[in-house]
Amino acid sequence: MTLGPGARWLLRVATALTLTFVYVPLVIIALYAFNESRIQAWPIEGLTLEWFGRALDNPGARDALWLSLRAALGATALALVLGTLASLAVARYRFFGRETISFLVILPIALPGIVTGMALNATFNTTGISLGLLTIVVGHATFCIVVVYNNAVARLRRTSQHLEEASADLGADAWQTFRHITFPQLRSALLAGALLAFALSFDEVIVTTFTAGPDQTLPIWILSNLSRPNQLPVVNVVAVVLILLSTIPVYVATRLSRDTGAVSPTAGAAQAAGAR
Amino acid sequence: MAEAAAAPDVRLRGLRKLYGEVVAVDGVDLDVGRGEFFTMLGPSGSGKTTTLRLIAGFERPDAGTVLLRGLDVTGEPPYAREVNTVFQDYALFPHMSVEENVAYGLKIRRVPRPERRTRVEQALATVRLSGYGGRRPAQLSGGQRQRVALARALVNQPQVLLLDEPLGALDLKLRQEMQIELKRIQREVGITFVYVTHDQDEALTMSDRVAVFNEGRIEQIGPPAEVYEHPVTEFVAGFVGVSNLLERNGRTISVRPEKIRILREGDRPDPTAHVETGTIREVVYAGMATRYLVELEDGGSLTVAVQNLETTSAQALEARGRSVRLEWRPEHMLTLETRGEKEHG
Repeated sequence: MTLGPGARWLLRVATALTLTFVYVPLVIIALYAFNESRIQAWPIEGLTLEWFGRALDNPGARDALWLSLRAALGATALALVLGTLASLAVARYRFFGRETISFLVILPIALPGIVTGMALNATFNTTGISLGLLTIVVGHATFCIVVVYNNAVARLRRTSQHLEEASADLGADAWQTFRHITFPQLRSALLAGALLAFALSFDEVIVTTFTAGPDQTLPIWILSNLSRPNQLPVVNVVAVVLILLSTIPVYVATRLSRDTGAVSPTAGAAQAAGAR
Repeated sequence: MAEAAAAPDVRLRGLRKLYGEVVAVDGVDLDVGRGEFFTMLGPSGSGKTTTLRLIAGFERPDAGTVLLRGLDVTGEPPYAREVNTVFQDYALFPHMSVEENVAYGLKIRRVPRPERRTRVEQALATVRLSGYGGRRPAQLSGGQRQRVALARALVNQPQVLLLDEPLGALDLKLRQEMQIELKRIQREVGITFVYVTHDQDEALTMSDRVAVFNEGRIEQIGPPAEVYEHPVTEFVAGFVGVSNLLERNGRTISVRPEKIRILREGDRPDPTAHVETGTIREVVYAGMATRYLVELEDGGSLTVAVQNLETTSAQALEARGRSVRLEWRPEHMLTLETRGEKEHG
C-alpha cells in the first residue's frame, strides 16, 4: 500500500496523539512520585526520594504488594496447568463439541469483569467459601487461563502433529512425548502466556473487589487510599511500582512470542467477539 | 514358533477405515514378505497413506486386522509396534540436533549411552551424513533432512520401515539419486520396506512388488513388470504407464506405447501381428523418443512411442497428418476387466 504525503502526515499526527494520550498521564504520575510537596500542582517544587522510603515502611502497601504477588503467581500457575491442558485437547484431538469448548474457554476475557465478579461472589457466598487469597486466585484465573490457552493453541496449530506421531512411532508413550517433544515446542509460548497472565492479574481491580473480601491487593489499596491527601504521595510511588511490574512481563512476553500469532490479552477478546 | 517364523512381516486382512461418511480404506488384504520392498501406489485419496498409518498405529481401523510377524497389533498404540515411519514432511524434532534426533528412539528404549553412540554413528554413516551430528535440522538441505529422517527410523532396527512419500518434497534430480540410495540402503540393512508413493516411475524402479490402490481398494498386486505389462483393470493400465485403451468387439483392450510399431511404406506386416490403419494427429518430440498420437480408422486413438534411433526432430514432426499402419503382437494386447467385473469377481 502506498500513501500520499497527506495521509502519511495524518497517520504521524494520529500516532503521536495516541501515544501522548496514553503515556503523558503515566509520566505525570511518575513525576509526582518524586515531588517534594504533598500537594499535586505544577510546576513541581523539587525532587525527592522521600516517598519511596515512606512507601516501603507503609505496612498497608507492603501487605497489599505481597498479596498481589501471591495472587498473581497462584492465578498464573493455575492458568498454566488448565490453559495448557485445554489447548492440547482442542488442538490435538477431535471430539464432539470441540468448537464450543474452545469458545467457552475464551469467553471469560470478553465478559464484563463486574459480571464475572458478581457471579463468583454469589457462588462463594452460596457455597460458604470464605473470601481471601484462594478466591482471588480463582477469580483471576478465569481470564488468565484465556491468555495461556490462546498462546498455547496458536503454537500448537503451527507445529506439525507429525512431530508427536514421530515420537510415538519411535517408542515414546504419551507422557514421554509431551515431556520431550510437545513441551519444548510450547515452552516459549507458555512463558509468554504466563507473563501476560501475571501482568493481567497483578493490576486487576473489578473482579478482585468481589472476591477479595477484607484483604487488599495493591490496586485495591491504591483505590482506597487515593482519597486520603496524606497518603497521596505514597500512592503515587506505589503506582509507579505497579507500572514497572506490569510493563516488564508484557515487554518480555512480546519479545518471546513474536512468532506465536496471538499474544496480546485483547486478541482473545477480539477472537471471542468474532466468534459470536 | 515355526508358524511365527513363516508369518509375513505385515499381514492386513479386511482392513476398513471410515472418516465420517467417507470410506478411506475399503477392505484391504495384503501380505508383505520378509526383506521385501513393497510399494503402495495410487493417486491422492486412494487410501494408500491411510493404510500405512493403520500399519503404524496412528489410526485405528473400523474393521479388519493388522498383523506384524504373525502378531495381532490391531489394538496396539504406535509405540508398542516394531515398525518405524519416515514421514513425508520428515517430522524432525526442531529443538534437537541431528544426533539427538537419531538417538531419540534408542534413548526412549533406554539403550545404554555407549551403544547408543555407536549405533547413531552407524546410522548416520549408512545415510552418508557422518559428521553432521551436531547440526540442527534447520541447518540442513531438504535431501539431508530426508536422510536424517531415514537414519532416525533405521537406527531402531525395526522389523518394517514405513515410508510415506519420503521423496515427494525433493526436486527431480535429487529424487532420482535418493531412489537409488534408498534401494541400496534397503539391500544393506535387509529391513522390509513398505513404501507409499503416487509416482509410478518411483514404484516401478524400486519395488519388489507393487500394490495399485484406487478408491480405498487394491486393484492389483504384483511385481513391477507384471503390473506394467499385464494390468488387469482399466485403472491400473491408465495409472501405471500411459493410458492406451481401445474398445474392440465390446471389450476394452490396452497396448503399451512402446510395443506398437509404425510400418513404413512397403514394409510387410508380420502375418501373426495385429494391424490397424490410422492417421498421425500429434507428434511430440521428447529427446530420447518421439510420441505419436494416431487416430485409428476403427475408432479410438493410440499413443505410439518410437525411440529416436535415426530420426531427427524435423523428420519426426513432418509425420503429422500422414496415414500409417500400426502393428503389435497379439500377446501385447491385453483385455481388461472393468471395475464392475472386478468387484463381483
